[in-house]
Amino acid sequence: MRIGVFVCHCGSNIAATVDCPAVAEQAGTLQDVVFTTDTMYTCSEPGQNEIISAIKEQKLDGVVVASCSPRMHEATFRRALERAGLNRYMLEMANIREHVSWIGKNKPRNTIKAFELVKIAVAKLRNNNPLHANKFDVTKRVLVIGGGVAGIQAALDCADAGYQVVMVEREQSIGGKMAKIDKTFPTVDCSSCILGPKMVDVSQHENITLYAMSEVEKIEGYVGNFDVQVRKKATYVNWADCTGCGACMEKCPSKKNVDKFNEGISKCTSINIPFPQAIPKKAAIDPSGCLMLQKGKCGVCAKVCPTKCIDFEQKDEILSEKVGAVIAATGYDMFDHSVYKQYGAGQYPDVITSLQYERLMNASGPTGGHIVRPSDGKEPKKVVFVQCVGSRDPSVGRPYCSGFCCMYTAKQAVLTKDHIPDSDSYVFYMDIRSPGKGYDEFTRRAQEQYGVQYVRGRVSMIYPKGDNLIVRGADTLAGTQVEVEADLVVLAVGAESAKNAPALAEKMRISYDSYGFFMEAHPKLKPVETNTAGVYLAGSCLGPRDIPTSVGQGSAAAAKVMTLFSKDKLESDPQVSKVNASRCVGCLKCAATCPFGAIKEVTDRAGNVKAEVIETVCQGCGICTVTCPQGAIQLQHFTDNQILAEVNALCQAQLDF
Amino acid sequence: MSISVGYYPGCSGSGTSVEYDKSTRAVCKKLGIELNEIDDWSCCGSTPAHTVDHTLSAALSARNLVLAAKQGQEEVVTPCPSCLANLRTASRKIEDENYRPKVEALLDEPCDEAASVASTLQLIVERVGMDAIKKAVVKPLKDLNVACYYGCIMNRPPELMQFDDPENPMAMDDIMEACGATVLPFPLKVECCGAAAGMPKKDIVTELSGRLLDVAESLNTEIIVTACPLCQMNLDLRQGQVNRANGTRYDIPVVYFTQLLGLALGLSAEEVGLSKLVVDPTPRLRFAGVL
Ligand code: SF4
Ligand code: SF4
Repeated sequence: MRIGVFVCHCGSNIAATVDCPAVAEQAGTLQDVVFTTDTMYTCSEPGQNEIISAIKEQKLDGVVVASCSPRMHEATFRRALERAGLNRYMLEMANIREHVSWIGKNKPRNTIKAFELVKIAVAKLRNNNPLHANKFDVTKRVLVIGGGVAGIQAALDCADAGYQVVMVEREQSIGGKMAKIDKTFPTVDCSSCILGPKMVDVSQHENITLYAMSEVEKIEGYVGNFDVQVRKKATYVNWADCTGCGACMEKCPSKKNVDKFNEGISKCTSINIPFPQAIPKKAAIDPSGCLMLQKGKCGVCAKVCPTKCIDFEQKDEILSEKVGAVIAATGYDMFDHSVYKQYGAGQYPDVITSLQYERLMNASGPTGGHIVRPSDGKEPKKVVFVQCVGSRDPSVGRPYCSGFCCMYTAKQAVLTKDHIPDSDSYVFYMDIRSPGKGYDEFTRRAQEQYGVQYVRGRVSMIYPKGDNLIVRGADTLAGTQVEVEADLVVLAVGAESAKNAPALAEKMRISYDSYGFFMEAHPKLKPVETNTAGVYLAGSCLGPRDIPTSVGQGSAAAAKVMTLFSKDKLESDPQVSKVNASRCVGCLKCAATCPFGAIKEVTDRAGNVKAEVIETVCQGCGICTVTCPQGAIQLQHFTDNQILAEVNALCQAQLDF
Repeated sequence: MSISVGYYPGCSGSGTSVEYDKSTRAVCKKLGIELNEIDDWSCCGSTPAHTVDHTLSAALSARNLVLAAKQGQEEVVTPCPSCLANLRTASRKIEDENYRPKVEALLDEPCDEAASVASTLQLIVERVGMDAIKKAVVKPLKDLNVACYYGCIMNRPPELMQFDDPENPMAMDDIMEACGATVLPFPLKVECCGAAAGMPKKDIVTELSGRLLDVAESLNTEIIVTACPLCQMNLDLRQGQVNRANGTRYDIPVVYFTQLLGLALGLSAEEVGLSKLVVDPTPRLRFAGVL
């Protein structure tokens, strides 16, 4: 076998703390190594060309690249090998950046460790075999989880491209947070006027199937062939027949349910359609208040419904769908402001959240767009906005910036002046972060044209005085303490990950950060992909995002799905387990341990029981290989022989440089 | 239940707040807590020591903790939050292997054996518990609107005190409720009263304490309950000064939580030292049927 070793400097990333030329030179002493070199950037075009020409000129059978994490560039180098006519599995990588140069500063010791890793890689490569991928079909349907603006955009783009879309929304209507907002920044255009038509498009698009009041229960399978189970929650209304006429809402005698769409500032009936533009516009019963479901008497809605679609017996339903790709656009939740005891949130009715304020300002909100105090219904003349409530505050476990609160606060302050011209607004802020297009101009306009008073400093406490509230904070520019007597206080609550986000991430087998936001495959170069093939992300499930970015990511995720669906067949990963039938004794211990159910029982021609791996289901975890008493099942590319060769190499005497 | 701990009364306990010390001892006895006063305890250094020299301050407090350990006490409680802060700071400092020698040099003895510290309030809440208090109440404080005022140092800094919520503590609220009182949601419960600024800058106290009394008054507070000698003094002893400075006419009694708790447990006015207070609480207590 003829092996070539390429040691990468990665600029100074590796070369600063590893003697790369020395590693390359020593590698030349290893068995079967016939060519070694060190390069500035192996992944660059000249770097890849160097590999290709070395393969051809030196007649190499395999290549070791000592560079960064394979997660970064394994695919790149595999392609280079293929271009030179080698099988892509004849590549091994030694991670001398993340595992060596980035974590230690001692150059001699780093150099030894880098060489050890190269030695292991060579030993393994000597046992590698060419592997060949199988082709399989792609189901060209996509599951979009979440019907907020990002999910809507992604669904419409995929549907317009001709693909079938299944959209799952956990609330009764799509539209997400954007549907609750009155106006958008910085253009101050009506939120539901720009979102509404898109919501209608979703409901009318022939390629989109919408499941509202539904949640993803289970996702199984792999890219191109996912099996999804969706739980359709009981609404106690047969939606196929419901016309959304609202007769039931008018007559329902139970009117004390928390109005979730209005953020709890008003109450609603137990059978309800959340808002006039809801999609789907169907009624649903909230069992917590329904007299029929709780006490067994009433049934008024069933009597008045012209289409007789009320069904008190309805149960949750589980639906199965087959899709080839998944787009998660599950959005975010608002920070629970009652954590800030010193702000009296939840205790003083006139301390409200920004989203509650949106509902107060919204013409379709519970007050018809009149800004009034929840306590006494009076119009407030002095409104104080407190920014960074649950953002940039490590003491409540939210050290990150929620990104959009500076802008929505400025917008709300401007709108307050529009609604109540003789009012004064104060904004307590930490910094103003308004980097988007037209954003900074907007916050300036709030201050200069609308006379909103910006005070730089955190609010330390809010307490009542008579009917009003005293907001006490620091003015860090003036270096003094300030107190403002307010009629209404609006807390600009930050964003946090959706409540069930980690559980959903586990169902999709993707990673999430310590705050529960989903992780992209690469923060710069793969912003809407995940490390699980076929699963894409869009919008605030990745972290707080404003509307333009969410829409952009919705389209980006859709574009990724279309790229995937542009192929009729996908290649399977050959790095799966394989049973050596002549050694297999049919004990099926492997099948019992496989967490994915990838091993089935077969009978050979002689009637003996044997194990067989279902290639497309196997995830290549390797659990079966350590279970098999015969060593009959081997994970391709990570066989016992390959691993043992690595261990043997590592146990050889250590070199000094 | 029998609990036995070391007891550190602190200097205020033998001076400005004898009624706190007295009522604490009486209440603990009622609740089955044995308080063993540390022999030969000395001042913790209070506010002045740590403004002059941190090591000296640590040594002053550490001495008491070492003494307690020598007398076989693993845990010491103190009613005064200021003493508590000093003792806790000292015990944390002498846990640090690098810092301890400095303290040992000043004390001329090893400090590796030292008692841990908590407030009597924490002891009562965590070790006695509300159920036991409810059972022990013989004279419920019903028809009494109380506002609990914790002051700014009872629960802060939270990393040091490690007790209750630093922004919205509930320990005294819970105790008062267990005694049957109506507890008002007092929004300024952890605001500063002006603390030790009473001597050098009286106007700070009249402003800050004035605000506390103002909000308490607006809530229809009948009695303010405290747990800190300095807070109690600023609100009670200086209430006249506050009134003169701000042109107000507040007349709100300010008592230690142990005094009200003691009354609820059946102790007499004499046993909890009610006569030591400046704004006389007896009319209201009598009206509410507690006396
Ligand atoms: S009355 Fe019937 S059809 Fe009309 S909204 Fe209610 S459930 Fe739907
Ligand atoms: S490698 Fe893992 S997934 Fe594949 S068959 Fe073995 S145990 Fe199952």
